[in-house]
Amino acid sequence: MIKSILIINNHGKPRLIKFYEHYSEEKQQQIIRELFLLVSKRTERSCNFLEIGNNSNIFDKDTKIIYRHYATLFFIFCVDSSESELSIIDLIQTFVESLDKCFENVCELDLIFHIDKVHYILDEMVMGGLVLETNPTIIFSNYEIQNKLEKAENPLLSGLAGVMQTIKPNK
Amino acid sequence: MSSKLRDLIKTVRSCKTAAEERSQIAKESALIRTAMKEEDLESRQRNVAKLLYIHMLGYPTQFGQMECLKLIVSPSYADKRIGYLGLMLLLDEKQEVLLLATNCIRGDIMNSNQFIVGVSLCAFGNICSTAMARDISPEIEKVISHSNPYIRKKAALCAIRVLRKVPDLTENYIPKIKALLSERNHAVILTALTLIIEICEMDSTQIIHFKKMVPQLVRILKSLTSSGYLPEHDIGGVTDPFLQVKILRLLRILGQNDPEASDAMNDILAQVSTNTDSTKNVGNAILYECVQTIMTIESENGLKVMAINILGRFLLNRDNNIRYVALNTLSRVVNTDIQAVQRHRNTIVECLKDPDVSIRCRALDLIYSLVTESNIRVLVRELLNFLLIADAQFKSELVAKLCIVTEKYAPNKRWQIDTILRVMSIAGNFIPDEVPSNLIQLISSTPELSSYAVQKLYLALKQDITQQPLTQVGLWCIGEYGDLLVADKSQLPKDEDGLSLNVSEQAVIDIIDLIFRHATTTQATRQYSLTSLAKLSSRFSQSSLQRIKTMIDNYKQNINLELQQRACEYSTLFDFDKKASILDRMPPIEKQEESPHIGNKNIPTQTPPQQHYQQQQQQPQQQSSQFGSILDGLDSPTQSSANSGNNNNNNNKQGGNAMSLLEDIFGSAPTPTSNGNMNNNNNMNNMNNNMNNNYAMGGMGMNNNNNNSMGGMMNNNNNNNNNNNNNNNNNKSQASALLDIMGDLQLTPTPQQPQSQSQQALSPTNQTSVLQPVPQPLTFLVYQKHGLNISYECSKPQPNNLSLTNINMVITNTGSSPITNFSLQAAVPKYLKIQLLAPSSTVIPPNNSGEVTQVSKVLNSQQGQKPILLRLKLDFQINGQPFSDVPDTPLPSLF
Repeated sequence: MIKSILIINNHGKPRLIKFYEHYSEEKQQQIIRELFLLVSKRTERSCNFLEIGNNSNIFDKDTKIIYRHYATLFFIFCVDSSESELSIIDLIQTFVESLDKCFENVCELDLIFHIDKVHYILDEMVMGGLVLETNPTIIFSNYEIQNKLEKAENPLLSGLAGVMQTIKPNK
Repeated sequence: MSSKLRDLIKTVRSCKTAAEERSQIAKESALIRTAMKEEDLESRQRNVAKLLYIHMLGYPTQFGQMECLKLIVSPSYADKRIGYLGLMLLLDEKQEVLLLATNCIRGDIMNSNQFIVGVSLCAFGNICSTAMARDISPEIEKVISHSNPYIRKKAALCAIRVLRKVPDLTENYIPKIKALLSERNHAVILTALTLIIEICEMDSTQIIHFKKMVPQLVRILKSLTSSGYLPEHDIGGVTDPFLQVKILRLLRILGQNDPEASDAMNDILAQVSTNTDSTKNVGNAILYECVQTIMTIESENGLKVMAINILGRFLLNRDNNIRYVALNTLSRVVNTDIQAVQRHRNTIVECLKDPDVSIRCRALDLIYSLVTESNIRVLVRELLNFLLIADAQFKSELVAKLCIVTEKYAPNKRWQIDTILRVMSIAGNFIPDEVPSNLIQLISSTPELSSYAVQKLYLALKQDITQQPLTQVGLWCIGEYGDLLVADKSQLPKDEDGLSLNVSEQAVIDIIDLIFRHATTTQATRQYSLTSLAKLSSRFSQSSLQRIKTMIDNYKQNINLELQQRACEYSTLFDFDKKASILDRMPPIEKQEESPHIGNKNIPTQTPPQQHYQQQQQQPQQQSSQFGSILDGLDSPTQSSANSGNNNNNNNKQGGNAMSLLEDIFGSAPTPTSNGNMNNNNNMNNMNNNMNNNYAMGGMGMNNNNNNSMGGMMNNNNNNNNNNNNNNNNNKSQASALLDIMGDLQLTPTPQQPQSQSQQALSPTNQTSVLQPVPQPLTFLVYQKHGLNISYECSKPQPNNLSLTNINMVITNTGSSPITNFSLQAAVPKYLKIQLLAPSSTVIPPNNSGEVTQVSKVLNSQQGQKPILLRLKLDFQINGQPFSDVPDTPLPSLF
């Protein structure tokens, strides 16, 4: 199972954080910092895997870090031992290809200003820490259809506004 | 009105300092809160999007949770989409707010719009709680068979989430899975496989449901491998590698320990491992999974060889990722086929030199399991090289492993000592606690190497005294073998790499002095230094004595209590003539692990090695408290030095002594040498005892923490039965004591042997502190009334644990009518524990024509001080007339 998916830039700034296990905000930031320390000091020739082992008080013992470095960004997947390391490498590639399709030559700025969209794309690929779809084309088309759906109802939205004011969830 | 998302991001990014960023975020959060309070519908989506950004930066966003709930109940898809996204990120399954979303999610899952179903399933799959899983499971069961594959694949993953939360629901899903597998959509098959794997891993009894799917899985895999180029599923020239990997993984689970299922897989596995293109990562991912499957299931041997060869190829790959997984897999399969892995040993050793720490780690694990007697010298040399460059975090693990393999496979003791010394001098302060004590144990049990070892250690100390464990071992050895260190070695024949240093006493004392003064020396090491000095005082010539005394005296006022106490004790010790025997060489230390756990609950049977070691170091001090008993240990080289502790970890030893004693007395004649020893020992004993009495008095004023044990000593002398202290006596005193006991009981028909008597005569004081020997099994009548006779056959089942007594109650009937409905219950005082088994019968035949037995076990927590006392409650009938009695049945006090 995938425990978390993060995109961190070369300076340690998070560009996407998605945790499939519950952590407090503090812990999440701690993980981001720790991950950045771990991956940023590795050379390009090093393998893309890092084991946590017993020495960390931040990660589970059964945690493997699998990452890839693209230009200014680290794509980091924390997984448990049931995932195949090499498959996750391919999955990262799939993710990047999907982003590339959706943003047309994706760059760091796209991720910064469209954090919601990045999440939508990710949700079409991984759900609850498990792989949902591995085909970038299908991921892209599902994402596009939903965007169109959203746009199509936009004029409606203002008309509904008055009605919605009366709807309140029960507390 | 709050700003646009883009503006917020720009503002935050332009912040120069963290404080500025914080204040910007705080300002924005306040604006968002106000907007939420005012129910500003237009900015709703934007506000949640902003919260996502703020959340990513690590600022609190809980206040947005309700807003997300409001968005998901909106009929608009755009609202729902961002609402669910916010729900997933800002909430977690532990939030109670989530319960409010349950109904909405349930409704959305049944919505007619596939994308509304999609987003709600996605949120459910990410954050559902146990309660929610139970509530919504029926809906998931419905949509898992939905006509739309987009919904089916999400539902399959939601099912996993449900089952993780509520495993009892598994049965509901199993019938639905088969349909998912016959699907054409690859993503649905993939998620279905994930679901099956999850079920199998949660509960291995479920695997049986899926065994019949093997042919179907093989078919899918075959069509994937043999299909040509399929553009919609192609990744790097391979058809859907993710699906292939998943199928291989499930086959692994289904084929494990199942020859029949494995047989069905052989062909396809062979096909996959030969036909897969290994030039790209995707192909290697499949091969990697395939190899693991081959090695796990009951596959053909030829296939296994092929798999190992694939790993061999992986090892030579330039890509570090591939080498990493190869090492990883090899260490998993090393137990199946060690020879095949050995072939790649050189390549694996090369991996130790890789700059990549992940590779080094994996290689290290693997090498560790490859070590054998034949290759240990080579491999350990490589490991030592690695130790030099290893990161701090690996050092202690590596040291532990090195020590284990060295101990297990060392070709000889000298090599072992050399290696461990080298480990200690490299790894310095990363050494696990047991390493120094093991080394000391090794040195002390190898007398022929003690001169060599002490010289090596001396050299090591001359180079570096900052590594505490090494320094401590060095000090211990110098203390013990100082005479060998300074001995003139020019006369001795030199062996090939033997050392013959000429070291002066002054130089040795200098180095100890240096250790004392060195800033990095810990208090524990200073304690070692003091003990070492004290020991040296009896090994070095008179000329050095004054200097040693002065050095020890310096610590008499030390602020550290432990040091002060030791210094005082040692300097007091110098005033006695007999100190030589106290400071004598330690007998070989027995290995802790060899003493079995003994079921004696009163006394800790094991001490951690470090403590044990400390105790040895503190020997002279403990001698003062433990009386002559320890000195006996020092004097007789045959006895376990574990005596020094006041624990019972030499119980078995003691038991052994006692047993052999019984032999001595009741039959086999003792050997002459031991006789000689005994006499000698007893003489020494007396002297030491006396001396120590004095010494103990002298030291009493300052020995706060010894008072207890001194009390114990008195007790010991007076009561003659303190088990702890009794451990430590030598054979002869046991013998004499045993004879006493036997004499008292008038049970011993064996004539006393002459030398034992002489022992007795020689050691009057020892009689007062004797070891309690194992008493002879004993039978005596405890009850006789109404024709009912009860006798006890008592025995000690464990010679090393006297507190446990077996009592076999034998019940007979001398009357003329049978005793029926017999029941015997027993009660004991608090210090005893009793276990009473059922009687062999409740009817006792008349006229002594048969007996009934009832077994009980008694554990005496105050063995030797208080006797075993049983109060019985007897109920029985004779000729239908009920009788009942409550007699007390004490055992002889010695039992």
